[in-house]
Amino acid sequence: MAGIHLRGLAHRYPASDSATEAIYALNPLDQHWEDGGAYALLGPSGCGKTTLLNIISGLLHPSEGRVFFDGEDVTELSTERRNIAQVFQFPVVYDTLSVAENLAFPLRNRGLDATTIQSRVLDTLKMLGLESRAAERARSLSADDKQKISLGRGLVRTDVRAILFDEPLTVIDPHLKWQLRTELKKIHEQFAHTMIYVTHDQTEALTFADKVVVMNEGSILQVGTPKELFDRPLHTFVGTFIGSPGMNVLRCAFDGECAVVEGNRLMLNAEMLAAAGARNLASDKDVLLEVGVRPESLTVCAGSAGVAVELLRVEDLGRHLLLHLKLGEQTLRVIHPEGATIPEQIALEFNPDSTLLYADSRLVQAGNTHCHGGD
Amino acid sequence: MLTLENISRRVDSQDYLVDISLEFQRGELNILLGPTLSGKTSLMRVMAGLDRPDSGRILFDGESVLGEPVQQRDLAMVYQQFINYPSLTVYENIASPLRVAGLAEAAIKSRVAQAADLLKLTAYLDRKPGNLSGGQQQRVALARALVKRASLVLLDEPLANLDYKLREELRAELPTLFAELGAVLVYATTEPSEALVLGGKTACLSEGRVEQFGPTLTLYRDPNTLMTAKLFSDPPLNTAAVKGMNELQRFIGSSDTGTLAVRAHHLRLASEIPTASTFEIRGRVDVIEITGSETFVHLQFMGQPWVAQLDGMHTFRPGAEIALEFELDDCLLFDDNGVRVRKPSGGRI
Amino acid sequence: MKMQHNKAWFMVLPMLLVVAVSAIIPLMTVVNYSVQDSFGNNEFFWVGTEWFQEILASERFHNALQRTLLFSGLILVIEIPLGISIALAMPRRGIAVSFCLVLMALPLLIPWNVVGTIWQVFGRVDIGLLGRGLSSLGIDYNYTQDVFDAWVTLIVMDVWHWTSLVVLLCYSGLVSIPEVYYQAARIDGASRWSVFRFIQLPKIKRVLLIAVLLRFMDSFMIYTEPFVVTGGGPGNATTFLSIDLVQMAVGQFDLGPAAAMSLIYFLVILLLSWVFYTVMTSLDNDSNSAGRGR
Repeated sequence: MAGIHLRGLAHRYPASDSATEAIYALNPLDQHWEDGGAYALLGPSGCGKTTLLNIISGLLHPSEGRVFFDGEDVTELSTERRNIAQVFQFPVVYDTLSVAENLAFPLRNRGLDATTIQSRVLDTLKMLGLESRAAERARSLSADDKQKISLGRGLVRTDVRAILFDEPLTVIDPHLKWQLRTELKKIHEQFAHTMIYVTHDQTEALTFADKVVVMNEGSILQVGTPKELFDRPLHTFVGTFIGSPGMNVLRCAFDGECAVVEGNRLMLNAEMLAAAGARNLASDKDVLLEVGVRPESLTVCAGSAGVAVELLRVEDLGRHLLLHLKLGEQTLRVIHPEGATIPEQIALEFNPDSTLLYADSRLVQAGNTHCHGGD
Repeated sequence: MLTLENISRRVDSQDYLVDISLEFQRGELNILLGPTLSGKTSLMRVMAGLDRPDSGRILFDGESVLGEPVQQRDLAMVYQQFINYPSLTVYENIASPLRVAGLAEAAIKSRVAQAADLLKLTAYLDRKPGNLSGGQQQRVALARALVKRASLVLLDEPLANLDYKLREELRAELPTLFAELGAVLVYATTEPSEALVLGGKTACLSEGRVEQFGPTLTLYRDPNTLMTAKLFSDPPLNTAAVKGMNELQRFIGSSDTGTLAVRAHHLRLASEIPTASTFEIRGRVDVIEITGSETFVHLQFMGQPWVAQLDGMHTFRPGAEIALEFELDDCLLFDDNGVRVRKPSGGRI
Repeated sequence: MKMQHNKAWFMVLPMLLVVAVSAIIPLMTVVNYSVQDSFGNNEFFWVGTEWFQEILASERFHNALQRTLLFSGLILVIEIPLGISIALAMPRRGIAVSFCLVLMALPLLIPWNVVGTIWQVFGRVDIGLLGRGLSSLGIDYNYTQDVFDAWVTLIVMDVWHWTSLVVLLCYSGLVSIPEVYYQAARIDGASRWSVFRFIQLPKIKRVLLIAVLLRFMDSFMIYTEPFVVTGGGPGNATTFLSIDLVQMAVGQFDLGPAAAMSLIYFLVILLLSWVFYTVMTSLDNDSNSAGRGR
């Protein structure tokens, strides 16, 4: 297993027509990922997450920067020599081989002796719950079992420094996704392989990873625990991308004490207020100011206590209701518990601790007076 | 209105569809929910006229359409794969069904413009599909189905290959988009959460049979069979066997045997003082998954894998024993044949 | 209701007629000839299986059959591996692809008799480039007199003419393999041979089956080229079944034995093709159980 260090890493594909300059598929970045950690690269398609994964696995050579495994520069090493394992979106199995032979394949290629191979394969079969199917042709298995074999070809090796996953649950039925994901998580907890998991599905990323790397348009916007990403998104994109539904983002002004949305003054907590004051946001007219507030952290109340809103429509999602509301000219969504009544006159209570202020899409926070990152 | 009467289809001595009877109204969204190979696509193909059922009738507005060739049917279909004409521009792609129908140029122009506007494709009309993202390509396919103004629109997992957030966005728009046409709309999906967001009516399919058909929320809250409840659960349904004299039987206060089921979000951490209407379960934590707003706790209970969906963040070590509870009112009871028992003999549910 | 689908039969009807006229009726005529004898004047009388027995017992037939089998065997042994190798070596993308494909397709576009003529001239010791070239290198080469040289010439000619077909079929199979398979193999540390053995070969097996069948049938029925180049000689060294058959039917006008021989010839091809097909698909037997969609 290995810690992964990316230094000054960037990638651009050659420009297709000579007139335009090549654009970055991946903007320059520095990252350090710990040995034995479970990381998820999360973002919409085309955000650069697969490019990043392929650079780490060595299937792609970066146009700038270096990749280190445990301090060793592996940028110039071929995929075979990096000792990584990768599970792809579509299951890859060797059709003509049996399940056991599929698992033995990477070991045979590395010239291990037969007894070692046999015991490793047996262990791996047990780990994946495929003992009873060892002799079957891999081709006859279902998609989820095939995906287990793809994973197994990584687990069977003792020299694997990291296991990479490229949207591995795409072709798996929902109820099996749960099973496979839980098994994966268990395997990680037992054996502590360094795992990097690429996905566009927030549930997969958040449930799998200790640390989630949120990417958009070739840049890393935030690296954090699921809790951090949920409670304190550093960028409005992170807020809207994570959570279902995502964070409400409302245009606002700042009057020095409160965020003002459509004439309603929303209280901010002391920390946010200090940071906003330090940046002089009350007088800066060139900055786009927004508040972000999670649908989960808003409370519906009756009467005149909170901010008055208009009800647009109600979606019943079974587990809870989703209220679509209108606040002045802007819309927002609120999660309402299953079975609770909806008052006729709806007002919203904003909690100052979960009302976040964003300047030019970035969270206003202390010691961070201007934007950094990839734009 | 589309009526299916006792549709069955076998291929190579395998049942693809078994005695399916359904009625789909115009202007309503009808969902086919079931796992892979449950017969969703087979049923769609039969409805489209691509396959012939071995027995049964298909009526459209009371008239049999069986045997009518696909080309003559008033039908639009969108697939999981993004299917567009690669050599035509987005505009020509959307216009293609109208050209086949022989519409005047002006009419084509206005209809394409309208569809493109609805699906946010106006900026891309001159591009080729190959230069668009997956979401945009699928919107082109949807636009083509939309302009055709067909009276039967079949959508076979149209959002399956799209990004999560795009999917969220599109599935919010879809029902309204097609509802205005007054067409019979059928939408196949494997995902319970997608069915819930779309609303409308749902037919649960399993192994080529319709388990239950009715308003989506009714199926979710009040399923008739264990299979429907299972199909309609994400995360998977928690089940436990109710057997002779076990504590579950005492809890429901009946001597019936069968299966007790609880949805993941109805489980909560056990309170200090148990009440008569709650049942406490103890189990060992397998693994936990934290999404930021909620925590999924996987545990073993009575030899079954259970999952609890708890609000907020909770950390339990794997192997730790935890106590959870659920309300009597929230659990579902099924007999040995998997049929819902609404009030067990002498029971409390 | 049932009538709806009968329309399809009317559309197939013209094709059925063409097949009947072009294949079934002539075949029946041959069957008819094969069980009768004639002394001219359109007088025929029944001889039963006599011609068949005679043919099957004749040494001339055995020799021709052995020559043909040997020829087909050599063709398959050379062209299939060579075709796969060339297909593997061909580029997968870029402008070179079209160039290679056109180059490969060129020999296929040349008519059989022209191919024969080209090689007949090409190999001549007096004026042919190949013949003279070899002679000037001191190699004693003469396909009209030396049995070995005649065989080599015919085989090289067939390889030149038809390997492209194998290449094109295999290439189409190879380009349809998704890139992730190669990536997975690299990660598993697979050697070039393992990649071929466990990824490429299983994926091109179906097209390979078609290639083998086509090349077997074609080479087993080869006629024009040896007829033009060697005329079956020297001696009978390159008298394959087809040449022998024509000599018998047209040269000697033995219609009965010729008809019997053509039927045996036909059945041999059918039998061997069936063997190839069964052997190659049985390696693939459980493919039906997987990947079935509803």
